[in-house]
Amino acid sequence: MTLHRLTLTKAIELIKSKEVSVQEVHGEVHAFIREKNPTLNVYLSIDEHSSEKGNPETDLAGVPIAIKDNFLTVGLPTTASSRVLEGFYSPYESTVTKRIKDAGGVVIGKTNLDAWAHGSSTETSDFGTTRNPDNPDYSPGGSSGGSAAAVSADMCIAAIGSETAGSIRIPACWCGCVGLKPTYGRVSRAGVIAMGSSLDCPGPMTKTVEDAAILLRYMAGKDLYDATSSNRKAPDYRSSLQKGVKGMRIGIIYMDHLHMPQEVKEVVINAGKLFASHGAIVDEIKLSQTLEKDKVLSPDYAVAVYTIVQRSEVASNLARYDGIRYGRDRSHFGNEAKRRIMLGTFTLSKGYADKYYIKAQQVRMLYKKNFDQLFSSYDLLISTPSPGYALKVGASEGNPMFGEVVDMLNEPSSLAGNPAISIPCYRDSKTNLSLGLAIIGDHFEEEKVLQAAYLYERETPWNRWIHKVDKI
Amino acid sequence: MTYTFSSQDVHMVAKLANIPIDETQAVSLAEGFTKTMIVLDQLQRIDTKDIHEDYHAVDLENVTREDIVDESRMFTQEQALSNALRTHNGYIVVDQVIDYQDE
Repeated sequence: MTLHRLTLTKAIELIKSKEVSVQEVHGEVHAFIREKNPTLNVYLSIDEHSSEKGNPETDLAGVPIAIKDNFLTVGLPTTASSRVLEGFYSPYESTVTKRIKDAGGVVIGKTNLDAWAHGSSTETSDFGTTRNPDNPDYSPGGSSGGSAAAVSADMCIAAIGSETAGSIRIPACWCGCVGLKPTYGRVSRAGVIAMGSSLDCPGPMTKTVEDAAILLRYMAGKDLYDATSSNRKAPDYRSSLQKGVKGMRIGIIYMDHLHMPQEVKEVVINAGKLFASHGAIVDEIKLSQTLEKDKVLSPDYAVAVYTIVQRSEVASNLARYDGIRYGRDRSHFGNEAKRRIMLGTFTLSKGYADKYYIKAQQVRMLYKKNFDQLFSSYDLLISTPSPGYALKVGASEGNPMFGEVVDMLNEPSSLAGNPAISIPCYRDSKTNLSLGLAIIGDHFEEEKVLQAAYLYERETPWNRWIHKVDKI
Repeated sequence: MTYTFSSQDVHMVAKLANIPIDETQAVSLAEGFTKTMIVLDQLQRIDTKDIHEDYHAVDLENVTREDIVDESRMFTQEQALSNALRTHNGYIVVDQVIDYQDE
């Protein structure tokens, strides 16, 4: 049996029924990490004694879970992939990892990311680039590229990532796994190294939609240590997975975007047809061709809004790294962090804040209004997180807006705080690389997003685990 | 009109942001920032006269907590100092920031 290939759902089932032990699962995952990590550069730190911490009598049954290295964890270093924090050991635990540990999950290691989560490829990491396990010449996407690669390469059972705009969805898409960005405020940000505080969302990165539903239940919910976390009770997302899409109104968006390749259009439109055949009412929503007031469906302006808002929040959040209480001084920031801090300092500075920062927040409200209007007539929107396959390693070099352009289709929903998932929807047999289907929901409607994703995953051949590993 | 960064502008922003850079970096950053501003300035085409700005997208009212100390979250002195590179007699050492003169 190849236990490292198990889905979270199956691993919990087999451990609880005593068909396999926690130690056996950890042993095989560790062996596979030792084999793969030298070439893929997925993990920055590993807990070699993880199996001793696994309790089979808990909800998550002691399974090994990979954590993006921007979550504070007691016992393992936290670097955010920056030399500034190299060797930093947090004295306290992030809420997300505490909840995962309390539910019986075991942190097996910390995964690589773009330094400070600034990027869409892991190429800004101070500790080297992660390679796409499906084709090592290609990028895994980012910033949660290490977590996506850990899932895709079966170097963990499940993983946790975080997203500001695309950092879960893009790597999940490029690595052919599942990535869920929850509604802003659904999951606590406490103990996650802050990047864009009004945008940051921790989320599950998993082999299947059911696995994501399981992890989200333990991650979500009010946290006194994050004032922006929602009071709404987190439901048991798994219990509603099989409800299907009958009667749902589903809109297909961004298909008429200038940069949308025909191949991607076809798979998204076919997904719409599949949902329609299961009773959903599906139609296509065209982009606004002219810039009308109160109507900004086009993702084009989101690049500017997102860049300004995010750089401004970065400048503020990274001001704390002065090398006094922890970490090294500011000369150790990499080029990307320096660029972002400085541009954000400019957009917040006297004389320019009105023109850039305030203006961006106004246009952001147009995007929010845009989604509010769409969700008054639709249950879900579908599209793609990335208008194409993974890019080659090195594609970000010399392009100061690389991440923003890669993430263009994800920025509007991030700015508006909506939940969205990426699931595999095609695999090219020549390159072995995947395309992703995006399903976007209204605020706090992760259940509907997961229902539709679960149906798609069961009815199509693209999930590499569900049709094979579940039959182990 | 798009904002054009000069290397002097970059040095000024670097000083505000407390980021050490040299002249070669300033020239290269000025070029990159100017390109970025072309994208950012597209927003000026959108009419936002009557749009009220807000700072995040999920409706929330003021959130407060009781003003009491949560002792379970307090660091010990050892924990508070554990990641500081420079400590002395239980304190964190900082660079002098205030000038003084001997009287």
